[in-house]
Amino acid sequence: MQLSGRGVICVRGGREVFSGLDFAAGSGEAVAVVGRNGSGKTSLLRLIAGLLIPAGGTIALDGGDSELTLPEQCHYLGHRDALKPALSVAENLTFWADFLGGERFDAGESLATVRLDHAAHLPAAFLSAGQRRRLSLARLLTVRRPVWLLDEPTTALDVAGQDMFSGLMRAHLARGGLIIAATHAPLGIDSRELRIGGMA
Amino acid sequence: MTALSALIRRDIRIALRVGGGALIGVLFFLTVVVLMPFAVGPDLALLSRLGPAILWLGALLASLLTLDRLFMADHEDGSLDLITMSRTPLELACAAKALAHWLAAGLPLIVATPVLGLLLNLDMVATGAVALTLLAGTPALTFTGMIGAALAVTLHRGGLLMAVLVLPLSIPVLIFGVAASQAVIVGPMTFGAPFSILCALSLISLVVGPFAAAASLKHGLD
Repeated sequence: MQLSGRGVICVRGGREVFSGLDFAAGSGEAVAVVGRNGSGKTSLLRLIAGLLIPAGGTIALDGGDSELTLPEQCHYLGHRDALKPALSVAENLTFWADFLGGERFDAGESLATVRLDHAAHLPAAFLSAGQRRRLSLARLLTVRRPVWLLDEPTTALDVAGQDMFSGLMRAHLARGGLIIAATHAPLGIDSRELRIGGMA
Repeated sequence: MTALSALIRRDIRIALRVGGGALIGVLFFLTVVVLMPFAVGPDLALLSRLGPAILWLGALLASLLTLDRLFMADHEDGSLDLITMSRTPLELACAAKALAHWLAAGLPLIVATPVLGLLLNLDMVATGAVALTLLAGTPALTFTGMIGAALAVTLHRGGLLMAVLVLPLSIPVLIFGVAASQAVIVGPMTFGAPFSILCALSLISLVVGPFAAAASLKHGLD
């Protein structure tokens, strides 16, 4: 499996954010997208996720499921965590598992992995920022997707949480998945660096 | 199918929980209708003549009240990104959301209509006619309103813009809804003709609404 982009151009609000960007990532590989604020890290992830339309160039996944589009094979973990405060932790997770479909794993086990099982019946409104992030990670574990697009994934996680997350990423790569992460902090796993928008 | 029923169940659950929109719509409907006799005065004949129009206006405004949050809430918390990326076609997801909204916010209005009919001096037959026209017409309000809700997300403006966009679209529904109810109460028209047009309007909006809303959401990707 190989995710590659050729000559990708991103235009936001009439301003060119980056142009002529080439990148590639294969199975079991992690790419850390780095660059100063506003250099287009999040935009690149959203281009791959199909949430932005490139002004030029192509992005393609070779060797994936040919029945599915690239966005359908991606998990996107963005700044906004797609949680409903009125629903409980377990309800939020099982909704996304049911809605996203595909190969799925036990939601309760995922919650135990991210150490939220004690809070399963608590409304999501009462979660801290770090706990919300953990719940978002549980979605990545419950529904299996080969490509993980992570935007500042370690924000709000404590030290133990970051260790746990590194372990989850390593396991994902070992299964043949691939990770594209926009980050300022070190990811805690072996990764290739993709610098956009010049030196910070 | 699991995906769509999961989406419907989630939206209904959120609407029925504390802070959800379902109860607010009914209470607003109740308030509008209760205020009318005070404004019009204690003329029972006049009230029963205006009754269907008042009930229809109340239902229209009440269903608009909660509609602007239909996509905005999902947009704000990032759920809309995941829904767009998912394996479910966006048109079907839009239709499921509108259906959930109608079940949670539209159906209670119809259930409340017989009670409110008493306040407006409508007899059993007239109340039944209004409830029946509301049952046939409110899906049209929800599904055309959904287009406005999607545009509000695309244009990053909520609330008032949506009302301005959606109210003109709901004029035909209002005309034929009230006409069908009046036909039962005062005649001389037959009930069937305006009622059939009302049903047709609902069926058209059931088809057009999801496609228009999904097109608007896709166009506004950013």
